[in-house]
Amino acid sequence: MNNPVLNVKAVCKDFGGVRALDEAELSVNDKEIVALIGPNGAGKTTFFNCITGIYTPTSGDVLIDPAAKGQAVRINGKKPNVVTELGMARTFQNIRLFPSMTALENVMIGTHCRTKASVWGAITRNKATREEEQAVIKRSYELLQLVGLDEFVNELAENIPYGKQRRLEIARALATDPFLLLLDEPAAGMNPQETKELEALICQIRDQFGISIMLIEHDMKMVMSMSDRIYVLDYGRMIATGTPQEIADNPAVIKAYLGEDDDA
Amino acid sequence: MSNLTQETSQQSFISFFLTAGCDSVAHAVKKSFIVAIWFVFLTFPIMVIQVNTIEKTVVWHWNKIGYVAIAVFFGSFLWRWLLARKELKKDESTEETRIEGLLTRIQSHPLLKLASLGVLALAAILYPQVFDLYQTNIMVSCLVYIVLGLGLNIVVGLAGLLDLGYVAFYAVGAYAYALSNMHWGIGFWFALPLGAVLGTLLGLLLGFPVLRLRGDYLAIVTLGFGEIIRLVLENWGDITMGPSGISNIARPGFFGMKMSIMDSTIYMYYIMIGLVIFTIFCVNRLQNSRIGRAWLALREDEIACQAMGIDKMKTKLLAFALGATWAGMAGVIFAAKTTFINPASFTFWESAMILSIVVIGGMGSIRGVIAGAVILILVPEYLRNFAEFRMLLFGAIMVLVMVFRPQGLISAKRKIYKYEASNTASAANE
Ligand SMILES: Nc1ncnc2c1ncn2[C@@H]1O[C@H](COP(=O)(O)OP(=O)(O)OP(=O)(O)O)[C@@H](O)[C@H]1O
Ligand SMILES: [Mg+2]
Repeated sequence: MNNPVLNVKAVCKDFGGVRALDEAELSVNDKEIVALIGPNGAGKTTFFNCITGIYTPTSGDVLIDPAAKGQAVRINGKKPNVVTELGMARTFQNIRLFPSMTALENVMIGTHCRTKASVWGAITRNKATREEEQAVIKRSYELLQLVGLDEFVNELAENIPYGKQRRLEIARALATDPFLLLLDEPAAGMNPQETKELEALICQIRDQFGISIMLIEHDMKMVMSMSDRIYVLDYGRMIATGTPQEIADNPAVIKAYLGEDDDA
Repeated sequence: MSNLTQETSQQSFISFFLTAGCDSVAHAVKKSFIVAIWFVFLTFPIMVIQVNTIEKTVVWHWNKIGYVAIAVFFGSFLWRWLLARKELKKDESTEETRIEGLLTRIQSHPLLKLASLGVLALAAILYPQVFDLYQTNIMVSCLVYIVLGLGLNIVVGLAGLLDLGYVAFYAVGAYAYALSNMHWGIGFWFALPLGAVLGTLLGLLLGFPVLRLRGDYLAIVTLGFGEIIRLVLENWGDITMGPSGISNIARPGFFGMKMSIMDSTIYMYYIMIGLVIFTIFCVNRLQNSRIGRAWLALREDEIACQAMGIDKMKTKLLAFALGATWAGMAGVIFAAKTTFINPASFTFWESAMILSIVVIGGMGSIRGVIAGAVILILVPEYLRNFAEFRMLLFGAIMVLVMVFRPQGLISAKRKIYKYEASNTASAANE
């Protein structure tokens, strides 16, 4: 068996007296698409924040192994930028682009941690810096093309339609050259057609870049058709895991979703 | 929106003007009337009652209140009209103004750009020849403020860190030159890089403890830091000569030549022009570089910026240190220009002034900051007669700009990158 690229062990996260994550366990294998689902407020976004360094878990371990060779590194407590540098890139549920920068610049920001032009290089614009800048522009443009935003290259991010902003966020995350892409509700606010295109894009990214993808999503149709494995989170606990078919037949999951309806 | 504009253009201008922001003319008159009464009430103590403490009499200027009432009554129509017009043009306000459009057009045309640069250079070269010593002196201080504004623009405009103690770095540069000149006879040309390095170091030093803070908290702490530096300069008499300051600071030398005041002012002017060009060059290159983009990202969204792999602390420190570098250089120049410095030159007002230049001119825009410095420094100089009203004028300009052009006089524009076939980047602006 190959080693998991991401291995989360018994992670807890408390907010004051509220336990948002309770011994959550999860692993993602190489080149796998894993979905994380669960009712509203289950702690899915909190889970993302804990593994990307935005929150420090109260307890538990987050281990990564970019090359999937069995050399895991513990990353909880590390700063978000360090985590990104190690190869985990994410998007946000409530889009967080840089509104007054152009689409291209937004993607160029993603390459920041993979480039190294200094102040000196910026002012003198020496050969190394110019070449690096060229490469960055070229790559950023290609990524924009990949997500189908080439017509918006020089458009300010705030002027781009909502659905496309989500795609721009994906391009920006890809620019950091990740081994694992974390998408927080990428299809939120999209119509069925856009969702279908997004699904194709995500699969294409996995195949083309050979990276693993983990996504939080409420759109069951999309989740069921594209994920290799699904985790179900409810009140901060992982209540089920398995293939889409197993999850669909799991009584605990059905109860979590339907039980929610009963209470409401 | 276009429908609405069309409708209003069909309406006669007069009726739009009269009813702007109100249901009817009667409503508008009533509103203006109430505003006028309010203003009469509020300004009553300062406009009407004049107490003469020596003769112990009170003079009542009843006629003044009439002027206030009339002025406010008609002024409120104008105010409402301006606001309504702004609302109507909301969609257009993100577009360029006429001046900005002109600038962009000039810049995108290589020949025009070259020609206008040539004219600008010629004007800059000829300025001290055409104008007298007084004018040249004013121009030099305006240029100093341009450099200060561009330096602070890195911190406030690009990285979005509200720094109210910027003057501290300016003071350090000035005192570094004054003291080293007094004690060891260090010359201007050696002190200039020294001031820059000291500014950078101090920027880093201050940066470490305060950069965990943001927004208002950062502003308060930097404000305190600025005051601390000034108080140290004032009270550490043994070293800094206290409030009496340091005089007889050497002007910049030119291969040991003796120069008259006139000549050395002109010389100073050219040095300043050089420094301004150098600053524009550096800031322009910085803001369109990997580092400049990181600053912008930090300003726009701190969490996303970190999540995209940018080291927040490093980026902030860099902005602080680089901003301080230019303040240090400007300080050395200031000391050399005035030949006398004391702590009174480095009060909070100075910081506020530089910040106003950046905010009114346009945050993050080089042309904006230059325009801001020219307006805020030159205009008050020529309005010396109204010196008492200077602060009032300042406040009024501030409020008007904030209401009608929150992005500043000349707003920043992002660089347009070229890609594909040629794969070459080119700056279309600034
Ligand atoms: N910073 C915070 N401070 C306090 N409580 C928080 C914080 N962030 C999240 N929570 C709480 O943790 C719980 C989980 O929230 P989270 O945002 O992770 O849910 P989610 O599964 O992403 O829901 P949704 O599907 O609505 O996005 C919620 O009860 C929320 O109120
Ligand atoms: Mg969420």
